[in-house]
This record gives sequence, structure tokens and C-alpha cells, in this order.
Amino acid sequence: MSNTSVIPHLFRTEYSKMCAVLYRSFGIEHFEIVEDLVSDAFLKASEVWKTKGVPENPVGWLYTVARNNARDHFRKSNLFKSTISDDLKRNTFEGEDFELDLSEKNIHDSQLAMIFVACHPCNTPETQIALALNLLCGFGANEIASAFLTNREVIYKRLQRGKTNLKNAQIEIKQPTLSEIEDRLPAVFLTLYLLYNEGYYSAAQDKSLRKDLCIEAMRLCLLLVENDLTNTSQTNALLSLMCFQSSRFDARVNENGEVILYGDQDDSLWDKELIGRGVYYLKQASGGPDFSKYYLEAAIACWHTIKEDSDQKWENILTLYNKLLIVEYSPMAALNRTYALAKARGNNIAITEAEKLNLKDHHLYHMLLGKLYEDSNQDIALKHYHQALELTKSSADQKQILKNIQRLKEV
Amino acid sequence: MKDFLFVFRSEKRTGPMPSPEEMQASMQKWMDWLGNIAAQNHLTSAGNALLPHGKVLQASGMVTDGPYTEIKETIGGYSIVKAESLDEAVSLANGCPIFAVGGNVEVREIVGM
Repeated sequence: MSNTSVIPHLFRTEYSKMCAVLYRSFGIEHFEIVEDLVSDAFLKASEVWKTKGVPENPVGWLYTVARNNARDHFRKSNLFKSTISDDLKRNTFEGEDFELDLSEKNIHDSQLAMIFVACHPCNTPETQIALALNLLCGFGANEIASAFLTNREVIYKRLQRGKTNLKNAQIEIKQPTLSEIEDRLPAVFLTLYLLYNEGYYSAAQDKSLRKDLCIEAMRLCLLLVENDLTNTSQTNALLSLMCFQSSRFDARVNENGEVILYGDQDDSLWDKELIGRGVYYLKQASGGPDFSKYYLEAAIACWHTIKEDSDQKWENILTLYNKLLIVEYSPMAALNRTYALAKARGNNIAITEAEKLNLKDHHLYHMLLGKLYEDSNQDIALKHYHQALELTKSSADQKQILKNIQRLKEV
Repeated sequence: MKDFLFVFRSEKRTGPMPSPEEMQASMQKWMDWLGNIAAQNHLTSAGNALLPHGKVLQASGMVTDGPYTEIKETIGGYSIVKAESLDEAVSLANGCPIFAVGGNVEVREIVGM
């Protein structure tokens, strides 16, 4: 790695780990101190390495500086004696002679504890996602804002509010107990799922940023899989789903940033290794209750890794969508299920059911009906495509709809 | 939205056991039908299927083979849907696979809290 990219790289991989360990030692009231201490270690690195070169073991170097920073901070501050000394004694330090435990295991445990803090139910899901990105992935307000297509100020306020809520709730950063894990794991799954989707489906232009969101969601999910306490069948199902989706990440956008629909994708661009991982985690997940939403979505995604259409494929996808909708309704699942119904039972049956769906304000509803009517009634198909065009704000979808209209007019 | 119970009744099967293929086809029809309702966001619970045989306990302590051996119809299962009105709930029952085997769907409003 060249010296010019070493700090951004280390920042990405180490910042959140170092923070996690320190948050756990300092407690929830001192988010800002921790962020300053760790940022300061990176600042020092950039200054020292500039002249002396990058050391043999840059990670160890950063950890040592962060550890010294923390120690100095304690010595200088009477904070240590007054507010947090009891907490600290319990955790990592013994009085003045403290050692910051930066072992692999403690980093791992601290990150796990922080996942449960970031996903604490005292915050709304959207705040939880922002906190997860900030506290667990080291994303700044600017990056989060561009991923969410909003401005920095909104995200900054959201993060501040989220942190204040966590402080007010006086949450301890500790290894969650079994019953806490059981209670809170669904919220953690939802946050990671939304974080992943934010990256995968976001209309944000910056592809590498969107990919980063997906990678971070997968990294955190892997952390849960690697810990015995959180390695449940649903955790595996969620990770499996992310692997399958990610396998198509590069195939679904062309060099101009335009979305390529599943049917038009070049399947040689699908990442076979990720598909293999997806299958592995899906198998790990299959021991548990197989009606979980994530398991069903992963199983659907698994069938989509087979490009060729077959009766068996669509029959299975339809059944899985039926089960998914029974577990939890969502407009997207209803529309996708209707598409699977068309593939498995024919367009006419699907049209009858599609017209009963109460989704007429949704552009994807009209895109679906346009598609279903293309063979039998081009006038109705065109009418739906035009309605879809009026309803969508996404330029990628507009392009796709115009393409469909053009193709129909040429027939 | 209110919840409504669908009670599926049909005549007890007297013929031979259906073949695995017939069972599969019947299962798919039910799944599709429930999927149709769920896709409209009108399903509260897929409910359960019931085995045909059971027993009935009387106040006297007498246990009989039931339910109601003298009646040919039996309850095969139940689901719960949500709808604005009884009429809308009834319209959701359209297309239920029970009709193909001569059965019927009883639709009853569930008393809310």
C-alpha cells in the first residue's frame, strides 16, 4: 500500500474498533472525549509518519498512541476520580495503573456491545442507522448525509439527538445478557437490514459510498455470526441475504451508472464466491424456524442466483413470496409476488390479482401492470407505463419506463 | 379495519387417500389463495388446518368421538383476515380452494377489544 493511502485505509479499518474499546471503558457519557482521543491518534500519526515514515506495525503504533492519550487524559482530568472511576475499575483499569485491553477478543466484544448500544430502542430506526454508521463504522455526518441524500445539518442533529437519548437512558456499554440479546436482536437485525438496503437501493450517485454501506452492514452482521451468543439462524439468514444481493452489485449498474434490470444482467459478472458464501450461511440458517422474514428473503435471493427460468424456479419463488407476505406484508413483496405469480401461473391470473392490490399510487405497480399487459393489450400497457412515468421521481426508473414505451410503440 | 374469522368446512373425505401429487396441488392452491389475500394486505393470520378427527367432552364427563359424527361436514381449518366490513371480508373469500371440493367458508366478525 502506498504511503498516501495508508491513513485513510487505517482510519476505515481501525478507527471504529479503537473507539468501540474506548467507549466501553469510558462509558456512554463520554462519546465526544473518545472520538477526540482516537482522532488525535490519527492526527499524530499523520504528523509523525510524514517525517519518519510509516512504522513496521502501524496498527500497533496507533493503538499505543490511543492508549497513551487515554492515560494522559485520565491523569489530567479529575473526571477520573469523580465520575467514572467506579465504572473503570469494574471494566479495564485498576486505579492509576491502567491498561487498555486492545486484544482481538476485547475489540470483538466491545464492537458487539456497541452494536447493541447503537441499535437501542430509545432511538427511532432511522436514528439507529445513523448511529450505527457513526459509532460502529466511523462515518462522519457528511458521508452519512450523502448516503441518505439529505444535508449534513439534518444528520448532525440526528446524531446529536441520538447520543443524547443514549446518555439520558444511561445505557451501560457491556456484553449484553442472553435475555437482552433475545429481546433486542430483532432491532439489531432490522437496523443492519435497513443499513444494507440503504446502500443497495439508494438513489445516491456515489457507487463506492453505497458499496461501503453494504460492506459495513455485512461486516457487522459477520461480527454477530462469529459470536456464539448472537450466532442464531436469523443472523445467518440475514448474512446469507446480504451475500446473495451483493453478488450482483457490479452487474446491476452499467458504466454510465444506469440500473440494469435482473433479466438483462450479464451473469458472468455475478460474484460466484459471494454466492457460495450465501449458500453456506443459508444452510447454517436452515436449522431454525424457516419462516423468518430474512430466511425467506435469502431463499428467494438464492433462487435468483440461477439465471435460467424454469417451472421449478418460479414455483419456489412464488411459494416463498406467499410465505413472506404471510409473515409480514410489504408493498414491494406484494408486487414481486405478483410478478412471480405471472411467471408461475401466467399473465392473466397475475393481472386479476394485481388489479386487486391497493398500490395505485406506486410507480412500480404501474410498471408491473405495464409489463403484464405488454403481450395481451398494448394500449393498456402504455397507459400504465405513462402513469408510472408521472409517479416516479427516480431518473433511472424514468429511463427504463421510456425505454419500455419506445419498445411498445415500435411493435 | 376489523378482523374476521374464516371457517373452512367441507364434507369428510370418504374416497381413497389423495396421491402425493394431488396433495401438492391442493397445498399450492391454498398457498396461492392465502398469498393473494396477503398481497392485498388483508391477512391477519394464515391460521391453521385441523385434522378431521377429534373428541367432544360433555358436561357430564362423557367423551364422544366427535365432532358430531352424525354430520357429514367437518371444520378443516381457519384463517383470520382484516377488512373494513363483513361484505369486504366475504369478497376476500372468493376463490377459496374449499369450493372446488364442495365446501364453504363461514365468515364471522371477531369482537375487538
